[in-house]
Formats: sequence, C-alpha cells, structure tokens
Amino acid sequence: MLKEYRSITNIAGPLLVVEGVENVKYEELVEIRLGDKDLRNGRVLEVEGDKALVQVFEGTRGIDTEKTTVRFLGRGIHMYLSPDILGKVFTGLGKPRTPSDEILPEKSLDINGAPINPYSRNYPDEFIQTGISAIDGLNTLVRGQKLPVFTGAGLPHNKIAAQIARQSAVLGKKEEFAVVFVAIGITFEESEYFINDFRQTGALERAVLILNLADDPAIERIATPRVGLTCAEYLAFEKDMHVLVILTDMTNYCEALKEISAARKEVPGRRGYPGYMYTDLATIYERAGRIKGKKGSITQIPILTMPEDDKTHPIPDLTGYITEGQIILSRSLHKKKISPPIDVLPSLSRLKDKGIGKDKTREDHADLFNQLYAAYARGKEVQELAVILGEAALTDIDKLYYKFAEKFEMQYVSQGDYENRSIEFTLDLGWKLLSVFPREELKRIRDSFLDKYLPKFVNKEELQDAG
Amino acid sequence: MGDLGRVIKVAGPLIIAENMTGSKMYDVVYVSDSRLMGEIIEISGDMASIQVYEETGGIGVGEPVYLTNEPLTVELGPGLIQSIYDGIQRPLDLIYETAGDFITRGIQVPALSREKKWKFTPIVSAGDKVSAGDHLGFVDETTLVKHYILVPEGISGEIISIESGDFTVEEPVAEIKTQNGSKAITMMQKWPVRKQRPYCQKVNPEIPLFTGQRVVDMFFPIAKGGTACVPGPFGSGKTVIQHQLAKWIDANVIVYIGCGERGNEMTDVLLEFPELKDPKSGEPLMKRTVLIANTSNMPVAAREASVYTGITIAEYFRDMGYSVALMADSTSRWAEAMREISGRLEEMPGDEGYPAYLGARLASFYERAGIVKCLSKKQDITGALTVIGAVSPPGGDLSDPVVQATLRVVKVFWSLEAKLAYSRHFPAISWLNSYSLYNDTIKEYVEKNVHEDFFNLQADAMRLLEKESELEEIVRLVGIDSLSGEDRIVLMVAKMIREDFLHQNAFHDVDTYTSIEKQYIMIKTIIYFYRQANDFLNSGVDINQIEKMKVREMIARMKYIEDSDIEKINSIFHDIDSELGQLKKDDET
Repeated sequence: MLKEYRSITNIAGPLLVVEGVENVKYEELVEIRLGDKDLRNGRVLEVEGDKALVQVFEGTRGIDTEKTTVRFLGRGIHMYLSPDILGKVFTGLGKPRTPSDEILPEKSLDINGAPINPYSRNYPDEFIQTGISAIDGLNTLVRGQKLPVFTGAGLPHNKIAAQIARQSAVLGKKEEFAVVFVAIGITFEESEYFINDFRQTGALERAVLILNLADDPAIERIATPRVGLTCAEYLAFEKDMHVLVILTDMTNYCEALKEISAARKEVPGRRGYPGYMYTDLATIYERAGRIKGKKGSITQIPILTMPEDDKTHPIPDLTGYITEGQIILSRSLHKKKISPPIDVLPSLSRLKDKGIGKDKTREDHADLFNQLYAAYARGKEVQELAVILGEAALTDIDKLYYKFAEKFEMQYVSQGDYENRSIEFTLDLGWKLLSVFPREELKRIRDSFLDKYLPKFVNKEELQDAG
Repeated sequence: MGDLGRVIKVAGPLIIAENMTGSKMYDVVYVSDSRLMGEIIEISGDMASIQVYEETGGIGVGEPVYLTNEPLTVELGPGLIQSIYDGIQRPLDLIYETAGDFITRGIQVPALSREKKWKFTPIVSAGDKVSAGDHLGFVDETTLVKHYILVPEGISGEIISIESGDFTVEEPVAEIKTQNGSKAITMMQKWPVRKQRPYCQKVNPEIPLFTGQRVVDMFFPIAKGGTACVPGPFGSGKTVIQHQLAKWIDANVIVYIGCGERGNEMTDVLLEFPELKDPKSGEPLMKRTVLIANTSNMPVAAREASVYTGITIAEYFRDMGYSVALMADSTSRWAEAMREISGRLEEMPGDEGYPAYLGARLASFYERAGIVKCLSKKQDITGALTVIGAVSPPGGDLSDPVVQATLRVVKVFWSLEAKLAYSRHFPAISWLNSYSLYNDTIKEYVEKNVHEDFFNLQADAMRLLEKESELEEIVRLVGIDSLSGEDRIVLMVAKMIREDFLHQNAFHDVDTYTSIEKQYIMIKTIIYFYRQANDFLNSGVDINQIEKMKVREMIARMKYIEDSDIEKINSIFHDIDSELGQLKKDDET
C-alpha cells in the first residue's frame, strides 16, 4: 500500500515541501488529501534527501500542515485513452469533465511523451488547403507543421483558427481526421465559440476537447497542452488519423510557468520568465509532425497573444524560434476592416517550399509568391513615402506599386469568414493583381511562367474592377 | 567498492550524488539502474553535481551512481561519414532500429558499428618509423572521403607488422614497437570531446573558402580555417543560409550540428543531402557529411555536449589533411543550455542570466578553428577547420550577450535583417552592417586565381550601395525628381546590384550556386553598365532613356544563366554599348 505522509512543513504559492519521505521520484504524481476529503493533484519538482518539493495543480488554498495527507503514486501523470475519446470533454489534467465523458480506457500514456527521433521523422510536404488566400498562397500550411498564430488582444484569432479547422478538415482525400482542441486559460465564451463552430460543421464528434478555462486552476495549465498532445499522438500514430491540434492561448501557459518559477525563487531570464522556457516550450511544439511508415500526422496551430502586440516579447520570440513559421495578425489591417487581418510581410511558413509547386499546388506557385511578396513590400514602402511627399510626387512605377498594395489587401488578403477559396483561384488572383506591372518589373518569376500565365491576365484588369 | 555513489538530490537535468570521492571533473557517470549517462560538473567534498544527458523523471533519492573514471569521449574511425548522431554520439538511425520512433531512455548503442568490415590499404610498411599523426593507410569510406588511419597521439616507433584486408574498427591493423613495448593499432580511436586535438603549428588563413553564395563570396568572404557568425531574428533565414553553406561550400568534409533546433530541419537535411550532387564530383553531398542532431526537445545537457562532439569529429578529419567546415545551428541554444545548467547549480548569473564564463567558452570553441600543420613529422600535411555559427538573439537584438561574446572572436559577421527577409530579399544578409576581416588576408590569392580586378569591383559596388542608402534619405524627404542624373544612375545601379546580384534564390536550380568566375563576370557587367551609363549621360543622353534601357532585363536574367553558358553574359557588354550608342544616335537626330 502506498504510504501516506502527514509531514508538510512549508507551503508557499503553489508549492509544498514534504519532509521525511522515502523513495520519492522526480516528476512523480502526487495526491493531496485535505482534511475535508477534498482531493488534489501535484507533481514532484525536486527531491533532496528526505525532502520533496511538490507543485499543486489546483492551488494550495485550504492546505494545512497538520491534517493534510500526501501520497506519492510512483508514476508520472497519465492520460487514459481509447478511440472513444473523440467527442468527449476532459479537464486540463485529462480527467473526464462530466460523468458522460467517462471512457473505458484501452491504454494509458505518460503525458510528457518522448522526443521523436529526428531520423524517424518524415518531412512534412503535403499541402493543406485552408481556403484562405493569405495562408494558401503565401504562407502555405502543410501536414505535420506547427504554425502558430501571433495575435493581440481584441483581434479575431479565434475566427481564423476556427476557419482553418473548418475548411481544412473537411477538404482532402477522405482520410480520417480529428481535431484536438486544447483551451488553456481562455474564457467560457471563447471556448463556446469553438465548440459551437465544431457542432455546426459536424466536427464535434471528431474532436477531443481539453478544457482549462480561465476560472480553472492556473497551475494545471502546465499539464493541459501535454494532455492534449498525448491524445493527438495516440490518434495520429496509433489510430492513423490526421490530427489538427489547436492550442489556445499559449501565453497563459507561459504565465503559469513563470508563476512556478517565481515561487521556486529561480534566477529569472528575460522579463521574469524562466531561463528554461525555450526548452520547455520545445517539448510541446516539437510534438508535431509525421513519422516514417505511419499514416497519421499531427499539425499544430498554437494561438498566442503578444503582450502589447510586441513580437520581441519572450513568449512570441521563443515560440518563433521553435515553430515552423508564424501567422501574424495586424491591428491596423483589422481597423481597416480587412478580414482576416493577416499581416503578410512578417508572416512566414518555413515548410511551404516542399509543399508547393508542380503536382502539389501549381508549378508557378513559388515564383508567384516571391513576386507578390516583393511587390507588396515595395508597395508598403511607397505608401510610407507618399505619406511624407504626397501621392503626386511618386514616379509612375511607384504609383503602380501604391495601387497594387491597396488592391492586394482588399482583394487578396481580405475574404469572408465562410469563403473557401480553391488554390487555383488564389493563384490566379495573384496573377491578376500582378498583371498591372510591366513585364520587366516581374523579376522574381521565370520567363517560361511569364510566357505561359501572364497573357491570360493582362488587360483583364478593367473587367476585374468592374466586377 | 568506491565506485558507487548515491543520489541525494534531483532537480531537472541536474543530480547531486554523495560518496563520490575519487571522481574527477568532467568524468562520465551512469545514474540509476536504467544507466542514464551524465557528466560531473562540480565537486564539493564527497558530493558531486552531475548533468544528466537524458530525462531524469522517475529518478529518486538513494539510487546508485556508477563511476567510469573516464571523461566524455567520441569514437573516431571509419563509419563517421553519413552518420546522424545525437549530442553524445549515439547513432540515431540505430536507435530508431532498436527503440522505434521515439527516443526512450538509457539506450546504449556504439557510435561506430562493431560488425562492419572496412577494406584497409596500408601506405607504410613494416620497418618504417612512424610517429603520432602519420598516415598508416586508408579506407575508402565513401566515394568522396578517403579515410586515413592515423598513428594515435602519444605513440611512435617502428612498425612491426601492418596488414591490408577487411577489418572491423576493433581489430588491429598494425603493430608498432614503442619505447613502452609493442602497441596494436586499430582503426578506431577515442578522444575526450572537451580537449582540443593536438597539431604541430597554426598558420594564418590566406585562402578563401568559396561558397557559391554571391553576397558571401563577393562581399564578405570567409577564409579556409576562418570563423564566421550569422546572427538574426527568427524567420530571417539563418537555417537556410547554414543549409546552403553546408551544401555548396568548397570543403572536403562537412560537420553539421543541429543544436537545439527543429526536428523537421534535421529531417530535411537527412532527406535532401543524399539527393543533392556535389558540383565538382557529381556525387551525393551526404557522402561528405556528418550530422549531429540534438533537437530542441531532446535533453538539455546533451545539447551542451553536442557542439564539442561535433568539433572533435571535425578536428579528426582536419588531422587527415582535409578542409573541414563545421556549421553550428544555433550557438544561442548551446549558450542557453549552459545558462540552464548554471542556474540549477545556483551560480551567480552574469548578463541576462548567462553564466560569467559564457565568453570564455564561446571563444575557446571558435578558437578550435584554423589552418594547421598536422602532427605528422614525416609528411607535410595541412588541414583546415572552418567554423560557422548561427546565433539566435532574442528579438534579433544584437546587444544580446551571446552575439556580443561571439563578435569578439569571429572574423566574419553576416548580419541578417528582418526587413530584408520581409521583402523576400534572400539571403537577408545586410550589406551595410556585415563585415569580413579576411578581405586583406585572401587578397593575394584571389587576385592571382580569380582576377586582379576583383577587389576594385568589390569596392566600386560597395560604394554604390553605401551611396544608395544616403540618397534614399534624400529621396524620402524631397522626392526622386530633385536628384541629379548621376545620382539617379547610382540608385538604378545599386538596385541592380541588390536585386540582380545579391538576391539569390536557394530553391532555384541554377541560382542556388554560382561559381566565383560567374560571380566575377556578373559584377563586372553591372559595374561596366554603371561606367558606360555615366559616360553617355555626360555626353548628353537623357536619364529617362537610360532608365528604360532593354539591356537591364538581360542583366536581371544573368543569374539564371548556367555556368556552362557563361559566354552569354560576356555578350551583354556588347549589348550595353550598342544600346547606349543607339540612344545617343537617336538623341542627336
């Protein structure tokens, strides 16, 4: 029988010190029973001699040094799994949220997982059509990628994530798919938005929901994304499904990490976040990808709110160094009523090059997006210039760029929440917009593609305007 | 038994054990019965702090610690090339075969295959006198790398016997009579990673190492045996540049360290390098490459070791007389691993929480680069080790302690700018901020072997780019119409240099690699255009006409011309003259 200890000597913030313990292991799961029989969970953060430092997920309120008992369970935190998890709702620690969410487990897995051997990975190169031009055309998402959305307070990141889940999930080659939705400290309303959207599109029965809402214990958030990813790994690599994981909001996760670090009085790194945050985040984000010989895949879309819209804040900064690109939302585009307000220039998908081109999207895709990028960047520069000098002072060619940048935002970036554009449509739209330029300005596109595609779109500009 | 310690504290990757009397700093130990490998990094009385190279979850107080009394070593011998290792030289392909898709704990697989037989051909014979560093013979490891077997450090004497034939790395191929009796020599050596491999003498790097990347070779060249760093914010293309250099750099052996970076990037290298062909030999590039992969989710202590593992392997090939290039992506992750371990040791932190010895560690790492005369007394062997490190400063901020400590030691600085990356100008190396201190040392070689005009053209082009940045300020304030004709030509030509020369598409079949000869002709064409345009402007041709010249499109397409068709570029000179001549004629009539 497991030994019960009544020897808590120190309680501070989310941490407990238990003395006189034997055989306690690092990272072990702990059960804490309060005097009034309330049961809480914890994890061993450090063992030294006969002392164990325990982090309590549900907070330490009500815990005392006399009546509270502690049991060490001899294993890490496990998630109980079976194919029935689809359509069920779990807490941030992976427990059923209501009795109807109980399952008959087929197996249990440690939520920390193990690193995927880089040798056994398969490179992600299958194009996912999200139906959003700014993503498909310029920041192409591929299966097995981790592509975060960097957003700010009040921006419509939830709409975009839901649109991606809705449109990319239903498309494709009739393969088994699943959505793992992980709510980390978001509000009830935000979480309901997603659940309603899944319900309307019929995706709910293919979804696993892991919910830690804003009023749930903050320290539990350390475990929440790991619970979700354990479900995803099970579905993808054991049940051959293509899994889309939405993690929202990773900023809340990092805050929890910071809280524990501060309680342990660790030397802080930048802006009070712990020095090991990079490694810690990597153990979450790197749990995406494809594995040789396995049919399934895990594609991750973490959402994180940039404090003060600052991209160099440690959370987005470290995330950007781990993930394979980022979709950045812009407040100024949002104010211009451009929806989705994707800031194209600093956004990036690192894996697009292998996912586009002949037999995947279209042969001209790579050259085309390079040209669109370059032209839009120049257009933005010209717009800045025009603010100082006035539009009249621009050269003829600069005027073209000025107009191009405006149209690009209005027609290419902007589209409806329920508009599902095919990749053909997106590419042709790019050509249409570029056709206003003289041919020698289109340096990023090979001659053969200019010969083949450009004539189709030149002179149709007026038509487009009229339409 | 004195070789059994006992765990008394576990905190993340750091374990403290007691009863460790007799252990030395940086000795390897095995923790618990699952035998997790670790290294001693602090000793106090009979207690030792151990950084563990694997996850420590599940380890508790009282578990045993096994001492080995040996430092962390790597195995050197045939079988290194084409391998992919983790940070402590465990072969990931074999781990995949034994443990499956995920890396579980306590796996032990030898770095070099003990079964595989290699065909050894001696080049010395019995009776010869040899000393450390001499070539005993070779193994044709791959079609690109002839793996020389060296007399190990500390051994010299007369060869009693040496055999040709097929051997495993553990079977003796020769016997040498030394002062302390006869020694059997196998093809495998072991070397402690934290100790520099010895050489006879360092020499100054004077030969350029061409990379096929125009902005690098033409403006900020690196020398064989030199050091370079590539700092930049995320998304500015550090990894693409490192990959491009690993692919096209003119070296015999490449050691690529993926240090704390993305798993998929290593997979990319693993899948792509066997497909890509070396421009000279036509053989797959993988046949000259060793990969070290410690991805960001692998244990942090092994990340600290990975750069040492990599550079020791690189030094070993250098000692054979090869030009070796080492890429480390990214040294910031290495520094962060040091910071994490230092924090757990409760050391007093320096800047941004990094340990105070950060600068010293970085400097001693980069100083392991260089051109050296190898140990061998009989043969005159020169080997080169070039080190290129990526740095990932938070927010791209160059005042980051890792960047600053790195800049104090490296000679080439390729500064990546987010602004260039946003406008998809790749490689996003800023021409205004970057520098190379090798321009002077390699001058003689380049002028002799490429063209004596090389550095003049480089200076002209750089002047135009500098001038452009000044003029842009003016244009921003008062508009382009206020500029003189000369200045407008400067802007036009500077744009040409940026877009048609510096910009290089890594994913275009031809553009991805440009030979130094073609680079020279390209820049010469652009500068020629500049001079001629200026001349004709002075003789009265209208600037607006010059700006509309057709030949500009041909200049823009130069980069897509294959090396074998280099003549086509030469014809552009003629086109420039004839079109300008035509403009002048039109003007006069």
